[in-house]
Order: sequence, then C-alpha cells, then structure tokens
Amino acid sequence: MSSTTGQEHPIGIYLKIWLLLFVLSACSYMVDFYGAQGYLRWSLILIFMFLKAGFIVAIFMHLSWERLALKYVLLVPPIAILVLISLMSIEGEYTNLTRHVFFER
Amino acid sequence: MTEDISKSSNFTDPGMPGMVGDWASDKQAFDMPWGKLMMWIFLLSDTFIFSVFLTAYMNVRISATDAWPNSSEVFALTIGGVTLPLLLIAIMTFVLITSSGTMAMAVNFAYRGDRRTTALLMAATALLGASFVGMQAFEWTNLIVHEGVRPWGNPLGAAQFGSIFFMVTGFHGLHVSIGVIYLAIVSFKVARGDYEKKGYAIVEITGLYWHFVDLVWVFIFAFFYLW
Repeated sequence: MSSTTGQEHPIGIYLKIWLLLFVLSACSYMVDFYGAQGYLRWSLILIFMFLKAGFIVAIFMHLSWERLALKYVLLVPPIAILVLISLMSIEGEYTNLTRHVFFER
Repeated sequence: MTEDISKSSNFTDPGMPGMVGDWASDKQAFDMPWGKLMMWIFLLSDTFIFSVFLTAYMNVRISATDAWPNSSEVFALTIGGVTLPLLLIAIMTFVLITSSGTMAMAVNFAYRGDRRTTALLMAATALLGASFVGMQAFEWTNLIVHEGVRPWGNPLGAAQFGSIFFMVTGFHGLHVSIGVIYLAIVSFKVARGDYEKKGYAIVEITGLYWHFVDLVWVFIFAFFYLW
C-alpha cells in the first residue's frame, strides 16, 4: 500500500534504550541482592518491571511511532486481564481461608 | 469518488480524528503490511496466554497454605565459596536484553538495505537466544537433580511451586526456542537475498516476535524470581 516504508530511526536511540534496559535490570537485581522487603520491595519490582516493559514496547517494538488505531487495538484488550487478576486474587484469598478453616479444625 | 476516499485517510492525520479516518474509509484500516498486523494480533493473543499463566501462578501462590519456596535462595549460585542470589537468572536477563538490542539494530540495518550486517546481527540474536535456552536447561537440571523439585512436590515448601514453575518457564523457553529457529531461517534467507524484491518488513516482524519474548521474560523475572 501507500506508505509501507517501515520504521527508520537513528541507531543511537536503540543503543541508549539498550543501556537503559541494562541499568533497569541491574536495579531490579539489586532489589533482591540488598534484600529489600515488604511494600518497598514490591513497588520497586513493579516500577522497574513496567519501565522495562514500556521501553521495550514503545521503542524496540516501535509502538510509539505507530498509528493510534494500532495502539488502541493492542492496549485496550489487556484491561480484561486486570479484571481477571482482581477476581483471581479475591478467589485465591477465599481458597486460602477455606483451606485454613478446613485443615485446622 | 475514489479520489475522495483515498484522500479521506492517507494515514497522515494524527490523533483521534486520524484513527476515525483510518477506520471510516472503505479501505485498509492499518498502515502496515498484513504480515506485521497479523504478528501484532498473534502477540496480543500470546499476551493473554502468558497473562493467564501468571494469574494462575498468583492464584495458586495466594491460596497455598504451606510457605512458598524462597526464590532468592532456590536460584542462588555458589561460585568460589560466595553464594550469590539469582546470579544465573540475572545473567539470563542480560543475555536476553542484549539479544533484543542486536535485534533492534538488525531491523534498522534491514531498512537501510545493508543485507550483510542484518544477517549477522540476526545470527548473533539467534546465538544469544540459544545460549539463553542452554542456561535454562542448566537451571532446570539443577532444580530437578540437586534440589529435587518435581511438578507434584518439592522439599522446599509449597507443592504447587514445581508445576507452576515448569509450566511458565517451560512455555517461555519454548517461545525462545521457536524464536531461535525463526531467526535462523530469516537470517539465512536475508543473507541469500530472498527479500530484495519483497522488502525487509519480514525482519521487523521477526523482531516483534523476539522483543515480545524478551517482554514476557521481564514479567516472569519480576513475578517469579523477585517477588
């Protein structure tokens, strides 16, 4: 079709993102190495995870240069997964509770 | 009339009006080769598969009454008397990120028409992927032979750990293995000049798949190894 020239960007941006992903991975490794615990650990893990995932999708997979039509196709459906996660965490807590009640009678 | 339609959406208008234009015109809705769109749709479906696996893992871990094995200790390596937590997993992570970097560069060189560099970078990506699978095989062997982890139980804690671990990392390892084969084939065909007429969108499509494999590892690393 018309403008299927593909994605062309300066090579420097890939090297920068590459380096950034290295640093972020090192940071998330440090979370475990220094043994951060509790909410600090979980929030740091999630922050580094979402930053890494975001850079991979936006830059390496070029999503930030794609048309809005594609962005919505890819980013809206996963909202259903958030619903599943919340339902399953409630379910898991319930199963855990029933097991404790049943096995520790 | 035909001119009006082609004018109403030529994939140039930005933002929401642009998206409405893309969809409203009686023509192709996405500005890309069909193969690339199909790869994106496949990756969306794969996102759901891995999300369901990781959600199942969350559910099983919450509901387990025994203590969950401490992944920091389970996956520790002792080198020269020093025990380092998650060392192998960290190396695997860096290898996969490096392979993503070489893949991104391969896509770049492909669109510049540099066949030789593209094929070399893709071959490097495939090699890094293969070494990732190798390290995973080492990790599995270690867990099965030395730690005694089985899908139905293990001496470290909750019995559900083994089944969910082997399923999630196994499915990811399968994706990496298929990706290595895919990369090797496309790299060979690029080197041979098969895409000189068709164009090099295939390299970007292969790249999408490979970056997705790296993306899934980011989530597995966070939820399975660090949590």
